[in-house]
Amino acid sequence: MKYVDEFRNPKGGKGILADIERLVAKTGRTAKNPLKVMEICGGHTHAIFKFGLQSMLPEALELVHGPGCPVCVLPVGRVDDALSLAVRPNVIFASFGDAIRVPGSKGSLLEAKAEGADVRTVYSPSDALELARQNPNQKVIFFGLGFETTVPSTALTVLEAARDGVDNFLVFSNHITIVPTLRALLDSDGLHLDGFVGPGHVSMVIGVRPYDFVAAEYKKPFVVSGFEPLDVLQSVRMLLAQIVDGRATVENQYRRLVKDDGNRVALEAIQEVFEPRATFEWRGLGSIEHSGLQLRAAYARFDAEAHFKVPSVSVPDPGVCECGDVLKGAIKPWECKVFGTACTPETPIGACMVSSEGACAAHYNYGRLNPSSRLRTVS
Amino acid sequence: MCLGIPGQVVEISDREKKLGIVDISGVKRQVNLACVAQGEDLSPLLGQWVLVHVGFAMNVIDPEEAARTIELLRELGEAQAELESMQKSGARP
Ligand code: SF4
Repeated sequence: MKYVDEFRNPKGGKGILADIERLVAKTGRTAKNPLKVMEICGGHTHAIFKFGLQSMLPEALELVHGPGCPVCVLPVGRVDDALSLAVRPNVIFASFGDAIRVPGSKGSLLEAKAEGADVRTVYSPSDALELARQNPNQKVIFFGLGFETTVPSTALTVLEAARDGVDNFLVFSNHITIVPTLRALLDSDGLHLDGFVGPGHVSMVIGVRPYDFVAAEYKKPFVVSGFEPLDVLQSVRMLLAQIVDGRATVENQYRRLVKDDGNRVALEAIQEVFEPRATFEWRGLGSIEHSGLQLRAAYARFDAEAHFKVPSVSVPDPGVCECGDVLKGAIKPWECKVFGTACTPETPIGACMVSSEGACAAHYNYGRLNPSSRLRTVS
Repeated sequence: MCLGIPGQVVEISDREKKLGIVDISGVKRQVNLACVAQGEDLSPLLGQWVLVHVGFAMNVIDPEEAARTIELLRELGEAQAELESMQKSGARP
């Protein structure tokens, strides 16, 4: 398929790269004081590393990797809470594959499974609901994770459980939302971001309007972007054009999939089932107001936290792990002392090394494409 | 988890629950079509390509976009992982 190659081939991006170079030069920024553009979606982080996009860009432009990997931002305390649920008698704990490997303070779900807990890997919340139907005498707890791309699926599954009266189905919700997270990043000191590459698939659900405040209140440009290497480069060019013109608006590079208003059915399902928590803890970012989602009172009978008490204590990251600073974009993965030595995707110490969307894992896997990192060659 | 995977709707399996069978790179599985259904009649979705996130179709896409996205996921090594977890997962249609 020729068009695939053309679209993917970095050479096809030559014109865009030349534009980027020209625009960056116009800003007068230098390698010492680079422009900083953050991508907030783990999918973008993965693509940026895989295709070595940073190395194609001028040194005066730095891509900062944001906290867009839901598995990575899950704090140790919540992993411990998940474990406390999974080891209960008469419980089947159903989780996405990535999440069962995240280390908590007393091990991971995978280790709990090896010791006898009934932990199942599921692809979809609907598979967890099916497990509940097949095992009416057990409680099936679904480990709800993710931003607005996965929240609608959990919400629709809860609605189905309610409609069909599957009362042994429960959700342990760790769902998070993008807007309060952005606000927290914008309010945090020391980041000095110049613009955002906005998430593609989250925006498919929520649309582009919820980002208006980034431009209106914080005067930062925001471009919703697709995942192809050329999509990302185009989005960077759009951001730079805004910066050079002294504009800050929300633009949509991913028009082919993202509508201004998002997906109505998905939004209605979220609205019906979930409400914001007063506050939710993130790995590395601390507590962020209204960033987490919990089931509304009307659906409390499906809420694992309403059924079972979870310890719900905040547990610090293991001493050596600098995931928090990686997630904030304050340090690069390879600046962590144990990166690639004690901490690898096979033996992760922190969550950023577990998911392929995590900056540490992406860097470990594709570091060879990035000449600025002092990394081993992995083939 | 953030990236959806494209598949083609090959069958409407449950009109009331808005479920269909979607062929995702050769793996057929039941997918919830509620978010892409236009009204009650699901038949216009037959043959269409959709972007599937954890078992839920979140968007209708054109075949070219689908081909490009599959290619991208292959290169990222995500396609294989998704398909494996789909096959291993508890429920089957
Ligand atoms: S390399 Fe490992 S220990 Fe270091 S910050 Fe990344 S995940 Fe944490």
